[in-house]
Amino acid sequence: MPQRQKVLVLYLANSALDAPTVAWAEYDGTGETRRMAGDADAAPYRTGVDALKDGWRLFQAAQILPHARGEEFDLAYLKYEFFFEKIVETAG
Amino acid sequence: MTDVPLLSALDMARFTARGFLRFDAVVPDEINAQFLAEAGQAKPPEPGRKMLGTYMELLANSGVPEVPPGVPLSSAYPQGSALQRLLDLPLVKGAIQSLVGADPVFDHHFLHVTFPPAYYEAGGGEHVSQHTHQDSTVDPQAGFDLQIMYYPHKVTREMGGTRFVPGTHLRKVSEVALGRYQNIAGQQHMVCEAGTLLFLHNGLWHGGGVNHSDRTRTMFKIRMSPTQPQVRRFDLSTLPAEPAERPIFFVKRFLPESVEAILMTPEPWFEQDTGRLEYVNRIKLWRHLTGDPAYDTDYWLTRLENPARAHA
Repeated sequence: MPQRQKVLVLYLANSALDAPTVAWAEYDGTGETRRMAGDADAAPYRTGVDALKDGWRLFQAAQILPHARGEEFDLAYLKYEFFFEKIVETAG
Repeated sequence: MTDVPLLSALDMARFTARGFLRFDAVVPDEINAQFLAEAGQAKPPEPGRKMLGTYMELLANSGVPEVPPGVPLSSAYPQGSALQRLLDLPLVKGAIQSLVGADPVFDHHFLHVTFPPAYYEAGGGEHVSQHTHQDSTVDPQAGFDLQIMYYPHKVTREMGGTRFVPGTHLRKVSEVALGRYQNIAGQQHMVCEAGTLLFLHNGLWHGGGVNHSDRTRTMFKIRMSPTQPQVRRFDLSTLPAEPAERPIFFVKRFLPESVEAILMTPEPWFEQDTGRLEYVNRIKLWRHLTGDPAYDTDYWLTRLENPARAHA
């Protein structure tokens, strides 16, 4: 059976995997669902650990980086990004 | 003295904290109808006609003029046109004057039309929402441009509406580099009556929602820039002489609404540590808008700027 990857991205309120979710995204390599910007106002999981409990495998976590001197107050992108995957078998 | 209703200190604080002000159904129906007639309508879907062609034809036939960037906003639109009449509304003039001064220059405008599924079925292309983004490019300046989003007809949730994320305007990001974030806690969708206006800080994260209805959705955006510093342009009679005194952390009671309470209200998407930096950046913007370089609330910058700690 061919395999496809589903990707879940959670942005958490701090660097701990059991911190609350503040933003999220899902990408489905099976083509069965098509998630897009603005399609859900409620998070799929309350925390990153809740995603683990549902079978998602963590494969990347954002580093915790020091703050450049003089730029300590500058904010840009969301900081605590966690990538999860599920590998699923498809009919082909 | 001014003859238009300027924004109050509380409204300015709301804009400072959240990056937007919303005015529901404030444009008269007559102007809304005039605008929709002047803007024009997209032709019905035809098999094989692509979306880009439909859009280009709509713009080419629109009665909204082409306007070069950098001209005075006051000369951008013909007298008597719907857009000039909109800009002449006292509420609109007062809000513009409060945020970017009385004589802003025109930056750009655009007729945003979101199409229902039938157009994609006829002409191809994927029927999806717009990625969340910040307009223009990375903007490190203290001040801001103002973007007015005008909704000339009723917008239902089924029609998508503009999606925006309150409080994101002070983050220095590069346009759609943040497109990966599909959904953010606290995001809002513009579901509104005809004649609603959304005044946005140019840094606010936003995107067009997908239109699942059976009619086109129209929004018109005008961006304008200040020609003078954005300092003390609002109704100063409403600005308290001193910040409201507030206990911090150890608080026994609900604190009344004030500039300080508004500036210190978090958004649902705030990270726990950078949420505090959002407060710092709001205080810095408030200092700029009020011309008060010593302003502080809840001790955030006083603590960090303690002169006794400045020397090793």
